[in-house]
Amino acid sequence: MTRRRLPEWFVLLLPAFIVIAAVVLIPLIFSLYSSFTPYKLTRPSTLWKWVGTFNYEKILSDAKFWSAFGRTVLFLTIVLNLELLLGLGIALMMNKVTWGQRTLRTILMFPMMFSPILVGFQFKFIFNDNIGLVNNVLQSLGSDAALPWLVDGKLAMFSIIFAEIWMSTSVFAILILAGLFAMPRDPLEAAKVDGCTAWQTFRHITLPFLMPFIYIAMTIRSLDVARAYDIVQIMTGGGPARRTELLWTLMSRTGYVDARMGLANAMGYVSIILSILFTVYFFRKLSAARGQIGMAG
Amino acid sequence: MTEVTLSNVVKYYGKHRAVHGINLAINDGEFVVLVGPSGCGKSTTLRMIAGLEDISDGEVTIAGRVVNDLPPRERNISMVFQNYALYPHMTVRENLGFSLVIAKADEAAIAKAVDEAAEILGLNELMDRKPAELSGGQRQRVAMGRAIVRHPDVFLFDEPLSNLDAKLRTQMRVEIKKLHQRVGNTIIYVTHDQVEAMTLADRIVLMQDGHIVQVGTPLELFNKPNNTFVATFIGSPPMNLVDGKVVGAETIELYGGLSVPVPAAARGLISDGQHVKFGFRADNLMPVGHSVQEEGEKADLELKVTLTEPLGTETVLFTEIAGNEVQAKMLNPRPVRPGEVLKFQLMLDKCHVFDAASAEAIRG
Repeated sequence: MTRRRLPEWFVLLLPAFIVIAAVVLIPLIFSLYSSFTPYKLTRPSTLWKWVGTFNYEKILSDAKFWSAFGRTVLFLTIVLNLELLLGLGIALMMNKVTWGQRTLRTILMFPMMFSPILVGFQFKFIFNDNIGLVNNVLQSLGSDAALPWLVDGKLAMFSIIFAEIWMSTSVFAILILAGLFAMPRDPLEAAKVDGCTAWQTFRHITLPFLMPFIYIAMTIRSLDVARAYDIVQIMTGGGPARRTELLWTLMSRTGYVDARMGLANAMGYVSIILSILFTVYFFRKLSAARGQIGMAG
Repeated sequence: MTEVTLSNVVKYYGKHRAVHGINLAINDGEFVVLVGPSGCGKSTTLRMIAGLEDISDGEVTIAGRVVNDLPPRERNISMVFQNYALYPHMTVRENLGFSLVIAKADEAAIAKAVDEAAEILGLNELMDRKPAELSGGQRQRVAMGRAIVRHPDVFLFDEPLSNLDAKLRTQMRVEIKKLHQRVGNTIIYVTHDQVEAMTLADRIVLMQDGHIVQVGTPLELFNKPNNTFVATFIGSPPMNLVDGKVVGAETIELYGGLSVPVPAAARGLISDGQHVKFGFRADNLMPVGHSVQEEGEKADLELKVTLTEPLGTETVLFTEIAGNEVQAKMLNPRPVRPGEVLKFQLMLDKCHVFDAASAEAIRG
């Protein structure tokens, strides 16, 4: 009685295959497939109707999608640049601290320990036009205007950007601080002897050395910010009247509120391109910067 | 003229006093080596001259100007660091020219100065490489090139050769000496290696525990050490020291029974019963028939060899005098077995006597 047995390596790898298939592969294929159907959550039978590239064509000509797309790129650009500047500044100052630096470093991480949902609620309160902290302070300082922080399109974007930066600047600060710790001291002293002022030393010696660290932070944060959802959803819900709509709030509205899952999935696949582009861009920059300072590219 | 002077220069780290009021005057074009064991304050002193450490007290002048409160860039010095301290993101050419770019020199002048330095140090082939693509010796040469490009008043070297292997170190030592002969600037050079100090220096400054112990030419330090520290630090192998006691005015009785006459230089300066250390170099204790024939007072000893170190032209013999391990040298060596008893001659004229309590040399 001989039974054909599966090869050992296959048996050993089988659990991993099953898990990966269940959590990655099948959802991926399913979502890709459904993006070619008019799948509505409320009418499951629509899943079996093939409409080809209809969803994609619709998205590409949809002004709402493109304004959310553009707003997300703008949001990314502003947030990443400001976080870089603030993070760099904080790291440089932290590097000068000689007493209590460990404690400060821990405190620096606090904003990252909060759930983004809670950060959203916190800033929703702070920027509330009626009972909010900011307007109360403004009023007690004598201003009688109640600024519509979360209602006006521009102010609302500002408020969301502010919350996002408050929460995540420390990613930059910590990574850049790690870079500063790893920095050899000799070239800095050599630069002093070579005639550099403090600014020139920073510009010509410190900054090139920090660039790889900065690009690592950029890569991490670009992926993070490109999927910004929770803070926006809590603070404005993408509103009012879509003035703060980002890709992910648009997608979740399309998929879960309007129940048009096929369309939402198609949006997802288009917007992933954005993340991939940013990642490729920063990785290129990263390996170039590493090559610059003589680390293995 | 670029003299460097230090007067009563003190360095505190917190409450710890690392340098205790140093006085030193370095002449224009002089090659001065600060040497001493680690922690003696030599690097700190150099870094105070460079402006990389604050001067706690006292005064440093370069070319007649008090520089205490000037940042390094206003002192017109250049420095070669132990770890080369090259800028990792710049090519050799950019490294060499960096200080001139910062000084906003015009491009032609920079190119000329860089090419000149590259020529002197043989870096022409390497100009477009990054430091990571260079060997240790090449990096060291780039670091030196970077220093000479600026035509500074003073060169400062902080243990520049200690990261190189022995062979390269010897080679670079010669290059540094050639460099000095060629450019003629004042050089202050820090090392813990007495061989580097002896071979390079016009004058050696020997430091210990933040004090200057002795300043002098290499031969002065070698032939007339101020105390036992200098005697054992300078020269290889280190000077042999044997404890003894003065008996009468003419004899030193080494503990263990052996007696030697008091060397002429110390005669009349010692008193009966004084405890001393009797010092002599291996070069002055040689087996009969394997020594340099020299005039002068000699003492004959019969000693048992315990260990030999053949070096080719000479063999270092380890033996014992009065319970102290002592090294001797054998010229035109023949094989010697451990345990063999040989007749030695001690050149009394070249011996030293140190006071046992103060460790100071007793010399006329």
